[in-house]
Amino acid sequence: MATAGSSPTGYIASLGAGAMHAIDLLGDFSIFALQTFGWMFRRRPAPGTLMPSFYLVGVRSVLVVAITGTFIGMVMAVQMYNQFNKIGMATRLGSIINITIVRELGPVLAATMLAGRIGSAMAAELATMRVTEQVDALSCLGAHPLHYLVVPRLLACGLLIPLLTVIADFMGIMGGAFISIKLFGVEGHFYWAHSAYYISMWDVSMGMIKAFFFGVSIALISCHRGLNSRPGAEGVGQSATEAFVASFVVILVLNFFLSILLVTAYDRFILQGGGRSIF
Amino acid sequence: MSNPTPPLIAFHKLGMEFGPQRVLADINLDITRGQTVAIVGESGCGKTVLLKLMIALLRPTTGAVTFDGKVLADLSDRDLTRERLRFGFLFQSAALFDSLTVYDNVAFGLREQRSLDETQVRATVRQRLQEVGLPAAVESKKPAELSGGMKKRVGLARALALNPEVMLYDEPTTGLDPIMTDVINELIVQARQRQPVTSVVVTHEMKTVYKVADRVVMLYPLARLPPGDNQILYDGPPAGMKQSNDPRVHQFIEGEARDRLQELANSTT
Repeated sequence: MATAGSSPTGYIASLGAGAMHAIDLLGDFSIFALQTFGWMFRRRPAPGTLMPSFYLVGVRSVLVVAITGTFIGMVMAVQMYNQFNKIGMATRLGSIINITIVRELGPVLAATMLAGRIGSAMAAELATMRVTEQVDALSCLGAHPLHYLVVPRLLACGLLIPLLTVIADFMGIMGGAFISIKLFGVEGHFYWAHSAYYISMWDVSMGMIKAFFFGVSIALISCHRGLNSRPGAEGVGQSATEAFVASFVVILVLNFFLSILLVTAYDRFILQGGGRSIF
Repeated sequence: MSNPTPPLIAFHKLGMEFGPQRVLADINLDITRGQTVAIVGESGCGKTVLLKLMIALLRPTTGAVTFDGKVLADLSDRDLTRERLRFGFLFQSAALFDSLTVYDNVAFGLREQRSLDETQVRATVRQRLQEVGLPAAVESKKPAELSGGMKKRVGLARALALNPEVMLYDEPTTGLDPIMTDVINELIVQARQRQPVTSVVVTHEMKTVYKVADRVVMLYPLARLPPGDNQILYDGPPAGMKQSNDPRVHQFIEGEARDRLQELANSTT
């Protein structure tokens, strides 16, 4: 039996409904984000809410971020050494590994790991609070859920994910150096000399700026999904999954646009137009 | 001619829909100060929705709810928060904050107001816990370590901590043993005796109704209501329910399935 969805008009209707839903969701998310930013400045964070969020996001994530960073650096060294060695440029290995880690892989992979570790946990926690009426209870006791639940998480992610990215960068650099110098026997002095020459403070800053935006996105997306959870265990699980998937996609898309923006800014303001702009 | 007392809470032509599902329609109801109103009815008839509409945790699809002459849904965040503090809400599952201890749960609303120092907060928390019969030893426990009855009592202590003018109870005795049910009923009565409070109790339990309420409102599920009928089947004193002419009221009081099993079977085929 033909269903409405299988006819051409059915497809168009489904497409239209999907587009309407997406626009609705985007509008809802925008209002949510604006209200959260409003609460950040309207009232100081509630006592006792900041430290647990900072601990969860910061301290509890150090190990996973350090491991991620170390292995990225080590794998890059393994993959690149042969090519660089063939053309006699093995001592330049550090510069390419480090710049890739600091500018791109460090922030993106650290944020991805944190979206999985922290974002899903945040979404699941807030979703559980929603379905067990704890969010309603907050409202009844004079606390605004955005102020009490979202602002501390947003501050923790926005402020600490850039710092965690620095740890990931550092460990990646050390991992790459360990494999290159100790395993492949690259001359350590020149390895570090080239690394230092090619990496500027701007590269590190670029990674941290990206990480800040990734952190804010992870917190907002995860909290939004959690607070809009459907009822039941399935709803909670779905919120956690949606939070990770949406955060991951946003990290990748945001990374592309931030890269364009930051590279262009570097060219315009630091090289004074001496570099080749992509615009 | 004397002016009648204005209602503290008033529902005016209230309707509530969740997507395609209509839950409440054309509800007109006034609750005056000092009353204890029990809202009863079958599962899914909209009792809890009605309770959440009173405190603007939900916004009505049509009509309006006024509290002390103000339409809560139209207030700003700041004003709504201020008005909500005049309510205490005991949730069906108690809704205690998992990450906080019993003490911090009860102290939550007091601290959020930032008007009391910690000594005053401590004194109030201790007093409220004592009133609901909980020893000081539970103060440091997390909600996960408590029984269902204890959770309800902590929830009640938390709701009463801010000396509310209106207490809203959402199925306060659901899932409790008969003795603990009576304890909770007794605590509801005591709370009213200690301070003048308007109470709205959503419940299935007729025993609770007879013990705590001085007025009963019975709702009927909209899906089963004949067109044009009022969703409120009964509104009057508890003792009058048995004299009602409506067989659906008697069916609820007696707790009889009658033709319902057949209806349920038909609805699934």
